[in-house]
Amino acid sequence: MIRVQAEDFDPGAELEALTKGNAGIGGVCSFIGLVRDIADGERIGAMTLEHYPEMTRRRLEEVEAEAMRRWPLEGCTIIHRHGRLAPGDRIVFVATASAHRRAAFESAAFLMDWLKTHAPFWKLEETGDGERWVAARQSDDDAAARWADEPASE
Amino acid sequence: MKLVYFAWMKEKAGISEETVNPPATVTDLGQLVEWLKERGEPYTSMFQNMAAIRAAINYEYVKIDAAVGPDDEVAFFPPVTGG
Repeated sequence: MIRVQAEDFDPGAELEALTKGNAGIGGVCSFIGLVRDIADGERIGAMTLEHYPEMTRRRLEEVEAEAMRRWPLEGCTIIHRHGRLAPGDRIVFVATASAHRRAAFESAAFLMDWLKTHAPFWKLEETGDGERWVAARQSDDDAAARWADEPASE
Repeated sequence: MKLVYFAWMKEKAGISEETVNPPATVTDLGQLVEWLKERGEPYTSMFQNMAAIRAAINYEYVKIDAAVGPDDEVAFFPPVTGG
């Protein structure tokens, strides 16, 4: 399940919705990304997430299908917010459910690494010196690159 | 052909999207960028450093040698920073 929205989400309700009625699920792994108040040593007042809606929808559907293909998942939830967010606000939610923990852990990490490097979102930070577009990080590319090969998960 | 821009490219362009009609000799993305730069500012500064730019055609990531046609939606943007 994929959602791109301006409004906040309720992680507990999302986890409940992901697992409800499926007793074949033995484990759920979730990740929540939050807005930090410090970035590169500077205090952040707020940030605005811009995105490319049609491309976001298509690419998120694709990566969700890819996660379901690579790991034996019972379900998957991806929520990404856009618009203006304040420090402490939730930005992103990924949850994966599987019979066993390994597939859930691995696929959640895969989805987050992919979101960081491929989902068409751009962060504009508000600092004391004005606004600045966040630069992409090599460490995120490196993290995503480790999924280039198929996982050993069975 | 529809062009769309995001993040700092949108700010430099001063617009988020536009429709252009490049000549028939423009058949790939590299040629499209060169044709835009020949039009002067803001394109010359927008496309000054191609290493800092990513592109998509019809919502798919593409490389600089990808084919483009009149009915395509071409997006230019900096490397993504979501998540």
